[in-house]
This record gives sequence, structure tokens and C-alpha cells, in this order.
Amino acid sequence: MENLVGILNYLVFFAITAGIYAVLCLGLNIHWGYTGLLNIGIAGFYAVGAYTSALLSGPPPGAMDLRIFGGFELPFVVGLLGAAVVSGIIAFLIGIPTLRLREDYLAIATIGIAETIRLILKNADWLTNSVWGIKHIPSPLFDPIQSGISGFLKDYPNIPQWLKSLISNGYNWFYLILILAILALIYIVSERIVRSPWGRVLRAIREDEDMAAMSGKNIFWFKMQSLVLGAMIVGMGGSLYAHYAKFIDANTFEPFYGTFLIWVMLIAGGSGNNKGAILGAFVIWGIWAGTDFFSGYLALSGIRVASLRVIAIGILLELILLYRPQGILGEEKRVSKMIKD
Amino acid sequence: MAILEANNIKAGYGETEILHGVYIKVNKGEIVSIIGPNGAGKSTLIKTIFGILKPTKGKIILDDQDITGLNPDKIVREGMCYVPQTENVFPSLTVEENLEMGAFIRNDDYRGRIKEIYEIFPDLKQKRRQRVGKLSGGQSQMVAMGRALMLDPKVLLLDEPSASLAPNLVEMIFEKIVEINKSGVAILIVEQNARVALKLSDRGYILAMGRNRFEDTGEALLNNEEVGKLYLGG
Amino acid sequence: MEQLVESISKIPQLIVYGIISGSILTLGAVGLSLTYKILNFANFAHGDVMALGAFFALASLTFLRWLGVSATPFGSLSFGFPMIIAFIIAILLTAVTVIIIDRILYKKLRKTGRIILLVASVGVALSLRNIIQFIWGPDPQYYFKKIQIAKKILGIRIKPDEILIIGIAVLLVLLLHLFLQYTKMGKAMRATSDNMELARVTGIDTDKIIIWTWVIGSALAAVGGILVGIENKFITPELGWQLLLPIFAAVILGGIGNPYGAMAGAMIIGLSEEISTAFISTAYKPAVAFIILVIVLLFKPKGLFGGK
Repeated sequence: MENLVGILNYLVFFAITAGIYAVLCLGLNIHWGYTGLLNIGIAGFYAVGAYTSALLSGPPPGAMDLRIFGGFELPFVVGLLGAAVVSGIIAFLIGIPTLRLREDYLAIATIGIAETIRLILKNADWLTNSVWGIKHIPSPLFDPIQSGISGFLKDYPNIPQWLKSLISNGYNWFYLILILAILALIYIVSERIVRSPWGRVLRAIREDEDMAAMSGKNIFWFKMQSLVLGAMIVGMGGSLYAHYAKFIDANTFEPFYGTFLIWVMLIAGGSGNNKGAILGAFVIWGIWAGTDFFSGYLALSGIRVASLRVIAIGILLELILLYRPQGILGEEKRVSKMIKD
Repeated sequence: MAILEANNIKAGYGETEILHGVYIKVNKGEIVSIIGPNGAGKSTLIKTIFGILKPTKGKIILDDQDITGLNPDKIVREGMCYVPQTENVFPSLTVEENLEMGAFIRNDDYRGRIKEIYEIFPDLKQKRRQRVGKLSGGQSQMVAMGRALMLDPKVLLLDEPSASLAPNLVEMIFEKIVEINKSGVAILIVEQNARVALKLSDRGYILAMGRNRFEDTGEALLNNEEVGKLYLGG
Repeated sequence: MEQLVESISKIPQLIVYGIISGSILTLGAVGLSLTYKILNFANFAHGDVMALGAFFALASLTFLRWLGVSATPFGSLSFGFPMIIAFIIAILLTAVTVIIIDRILYKKLRKTGRIILLVASVGVALSLRNIIQFIWGPDPQYYFKKIQIAKKILGIRIKPDEILIIGIAVLLVLLLHLFLQYTKMGKAMRATSDNMELARVTGIDTDKIIIWTWVIGSALAAVGGILVGIENKFITPELGWQLLLPIFAAVILGGIGNPYGAMAGAMIIGLSEEISTAFISTAYKPAVAFIILVIVLLFKPKGLFGGK
């Protein structure tokens, strides 16, 4: 029974992270899956969202901190929405110069943007505390729930050990439900949007931009809306991460975890398919966690093992591109190419 | 004596079949034109003959060799060369370099052949060190044809050689085509400019909706009233 | 005011650093420009191919040292005979690796289009980087330990190694130029770069051209990577990723497919990066290339010299 609870607790932890990635995938799906925007710089929006939320909801700068700004200790919801808004604004600013570029140029530009954001976050230590990061980011309703749990355990000291383990992990169950709720919300909204006339325009742009342009639609603004919307979702993912991990620094959102892994997830699940996005997140995170287990058996140093795991994901991506590029679920049945209103 | 023969060709793009069993034959030393309305499948036919498209049915025979399904780089070695309708030169290479590319698969000394090409197209000799991208449409077309002739082909395929040329240049190009033919090369032309093409052709085929409609000598087709009404603009 | 004067006085030295940096970027950019044009996709693994070359050279040097081959440096350079061997081995191994990657991966994806190839190349980039990190670890690896003394020419400090770096870059670009202008294969590469379909129609074996393109591109990349090691004395697995953005900026600045444009672009990027340090913090140096890139993409996406 003990073991079961242990596994269960691990699964909660697993599902929380996978859930956060699922949110990120939904965001990327709007960019790439639905509009064909080759955004290889998602890590930028991810980081912006996380830092915004941390600065809005997090603690004020400590005595040892380099940073001097932020930490307003506002409620979690403010942090979450703030993350979305700021990510959206940054996306808008980025979109103005870059959305007219053709796909591969856009890809190069987005990498540059993500790198620049990373540079700024690393060097603007008055804001971000650079590599020392922002600590003690509060998790929503942590104190009430945690004290409730402690109180309960104190009142009932004679319950079996396995039950104790289960209940001690209670906060994470809450956070998981919170994430799944937000995920479901984003999913529903995303699905509605995609099936709307607006969504059809996006699909038409992805399929054949020139043809879509000929119908008189302002392609640029559609792309911009898509960029901003996707970025807002990714920003929210960043917020969810920050409040869970409770600590972020300039190196947290490096290209592998912040961009590449999400791309693999989306491609694996099926780009252009919201269900695929979520499925891909869970499957690939499962594989990633799985490699963690196996690596325990290899007598290698941590960094070397990490490299092997990345190589495995890299090879997995190539295999998917070669043999099943449409992903597990494939793209949804295409909506008509004609732009109707 | 047929130098090129295509029998019962069915071909198309993806799931769309454009040619529904087409037949053409070119005899040694002939000029043969394929004309017909837009969408008839003329370009598709030439691309299939040259191996850019693969036929789903039918056979293509070049000088008694079955070349059905071969890739262009093999067909070129069998003695048939092709001038596409558009983008048929290398713009950043010079005139002479373009010709050299035509002789790429030759391992012998082809400079003599280049001289011969300049004799057919004297204008090109002056411009031989100029980048082709800077040449006029007519000169560019001459480079394209010259390039295809570098291998001394038995059959030359021309896809709408007069397209996008000014009317006076059209005449010039067709004069060159006759001159090239006189040196012994059989020529198969796809043309929009039906009258001009038929005038210098030994024989012609009229294609419509992916099928053969008429076949006769060039002169007979020109004089055919029905053909004139339907396909030659009255 | 004083600070401005101080900044400006640093510029001549920074120009020299810029030319050195530009020389290294040139080797990466020229190779990338060729593959970008002829193979028609943005190869995001190109930086890591440079790293691969650098590490292959490291392995060769280590092996030769183990064999006991004498490593007395040539004149005032940092390296001796083993480095020459290392160059050759690294170029060969890098070219072979790249061709294998093309055959098992890129070739099969060519018909699906440039975007899938781009995404695939990102996967290759990450894999190469981590294979290097797996084998050698993340810490800097040194080619040699001795610190070289800079010479002072006309008030500018420059090391003998650095003069060589500039010389190698210029020489290789020159050789490439001669190859492209005067050899049959070179002309065929230019023809294929113009129009691959037409090249095929003309009878050119475009598959062979593709292999040559990879060989030349990766050979130049390998040399570039090794030169990074010679300039910095050490190499890390990250060196490819760090160079990728400046190299792309250089390629686009010069016009995709234009090797001389790529060199000019690389020099401009190198100079801009170095000179910028007189005015803004060195931490932001990578952003300079990016800003130039965005400006070019906005106003002259075909590059300063017009892509072909």
C-alpha cells in the first residue's frame, strides 16, 4: 500500500509538469499547428510569463538580492493574468517587425528574440536577480491548505503511514486539479476559436498564404492575433511553472526545456490538433521521465546522463519526422480551404 | 523511320489524370508540332516524354530504345534534350557557362561544339561572357536552345519556345528552329502559336482534353477548315 | 565626453578583433550560404557542425600526443605539426558525418519541404551538441595551454595565431572562388544553385552536387570550429550554438547563396559585435548580430548584395 501511494504521489508530480507542458503545447499549436508560424523562440514567452508572474505575486527583493524592483505579492490570479498580458504585449511588439517574414526567416528571427530575451533576463539583474533568480514564489492557497493538512495530521496521529503520505502530498493534488482546470479551460476556448470563422482563416493562411491573401483578408492582423493569443497561453504556462517550482532563474528557460521539448511534444501528438497537443505533452514527458528511470541504472555522471537523454529525444524527433510526421493523432480533418464568413 | 514514339500515354499529377491515352510519333529529321487549347495536356506530354513525369500507362521509345520511366539525366544520355518553357537558363552563369553546362555529361572536348552553336546563334558569341540574367528574352531563349544542343541530340523537345517573346522575335526563333532542324535534329514543339508552328512543321498533332484530336501534315492542318475554326482562331 | 573619447580610442583595436572574429564567422557563413541555397533549407545544425570539427581536432591532438608525436610549434604560432594532421582528420571526419546525416535523414525528408528539414536540423543540432557533451563533458577543453604573446603592429595588438586565422579565411574563400569559377564541378554547383530542376534537366547529376555541397560546407565549418579553438585556446560544446545566430545574420546580410556576400556579411557582423563593446556591455554582444539581422530582414531581406 505504501508503494502504491508512493507511485501515486509521483504520478501527481508527473502530471503537474506534464499539464504545464500541455498548456505550452496548446499555445504553440495556435502558432504552428493552426497558423503555420514557425516559432522556435517559445522559450522567450515562457520566461516572460514566468518572470511576470513571479514579480507580480512573488516576495519583494531580499537583502541579498541584486534586484530592486517587483515582488508585489499580489494574488496568484493576478500573476497568472499578468503573465498572459505581458506575454501578449511582448508578442505584439515582436510581431510588428517579424510577421511579414517568410517562414524560415521567421524561425531565425524567433530564435534571436528568445536569445535576446534570455540575455536581458540574465543581465537585467535589477529586475530579475539574474542567475540567482527569484525565490519563494508563493503557490496559490498554499498556506491555508498546508496548515489544514498539518492540522489534520496532528489531530489524527494514528492513521496508517500510507494515508499520512497521501495526505501530506495534498497540496500537490490541489495544484494538479488547478492546472487541469486551467488546461481544460484553455482547451475549450482554443477549440471554440479554431472552429470559428476566424480559425478557418488561420488554417487557410497556413495552407496557402498567397491564396488566403487574395481573398482580401488582412493576413498580417490574423497572424498577429494568432501570435498574441498563443503567446498569452504560453505565458500562462510560465506562470503555472513559476508558482509550482517556486524558484526561477535566467537559466531555467533554456532552449531545450523551453522550446525544443515542446516542439517534439506537439509534433509527436499531432500538430494542428489540440487533443494531440495535450496527448503529446503527456506522452513525451512520460518518455522523458522514463529515461530518467533508466539512467539510474547507468553508472554515469548526471551531466553525461542528461546528454544521453537529450540525444534520445533528438533521435525520437527524427524518427517521428521520418515515419509518422503527422503525429499520433494526426491533424484534424481539414476545414475547407475556402474562407467563409 | 520513327526516331521518337509515344504510345497510349496516360499521365497526370497526383490523382488527376491529364493524358488519357495519347499517341505521337516523330520521324527522323522531322519537325512535329503539338498544338491545342490550354489545359489540353501539351506540356504534360512533353514532360512525360522527357521523364520529368512518369506515365501511369504507355510506352516511350527513342531510337528503338524503351525509355519509359527513365529519369531526365538518363534520357539526356540517350540523345534527347529538352528546353523548358520558363526558367530555362542559369541566370547567374555566363552565356558560355550555360552552354558548358549543356555539355556536362560529355567527357570529350566540346569546344568545337560551342563554336558550332555560335554559328547558329551569332549574337550569342558577342555576349558569351555576359551573365545570362542580364540578357533580353530573345537572347535568353537562344541560350536555352543552344544549351540543349550541346549534346548533339537526336531529338530536341521545345516547350512553347515563343512564349513571352515579342512578335518579331517569334519569327526569329522559328527561323532558328528550322535552321537547327536542317542540321539533322528532329524537333518536337509544343506551341501556343499554332499557325506559325504548323507552317514550318512537317506534321502536327492536335490535342484537346488529354486526347488526340487531329493528326496530319502541317500544311493539311493549316488548310483544314474545322481545325482552323476550333483551334487556330478562325 | 571623456568616456566617449575613451570609447572611440578603443576602436582601432576592436576593428582588428572584429576582423579576426569576422574571419571565423566567414568560414561558417560561406558554408551555410551554400547549403542554404543549393539544398534549399536553413540548416540550424551548421553551428554544431563547426563544434564537431573543433572536437574532432581535439581528439586528434589528444591521440597524437598519446602517440608521442612532437608538438613543437611552428615559429611563433601556438601549434606545430600535429595541428596540421588534426585539421585534416577533423575535416574528413566532419564531412563524413555530415554526409551520413544527409543520407539517413535529410535526403528522405527533402520532398516534404524546407520547414520539416529546418525542424529536423534543430534536432540534429541538439543531438550533435549533446553527443559532444556526452563524450567530452561540458567543461572547456584546451587545445594548448601556453599563452601566446601578442605582437604590437602600429599600436595594435595582434597575435601570430590571429594573423594566421585571417590568412586562412581569406585563402579558403579565394580557393572556393577559384573552384566555383573555373572548375566544371564548381560551375555545376553554381548552376544547381540557380535552378536545381533545370540542372537535372541538363543532365547534371544533382545528387553528386548535393554531396559536394555538404563536403565543402562542412569542411569550411570544421576549419572554422578549429580556428575558434586556436583563437580562444579552448572549446566548449556550446560553441556551435553561440555562433549560429551571427552566422545566420551574416548569410542573410550577404544574400543567401552568395559566398562573397557571406564573407562581407561575416565581417560586418564581426566588426559590429566588437565595436559595440566600446559602447555597450559585452554581455549584450550576441544581441548585436540579432539586431542587424532584424534590420536586414525588414529592409533588405534579399541581403545587401542580393541573393542569387
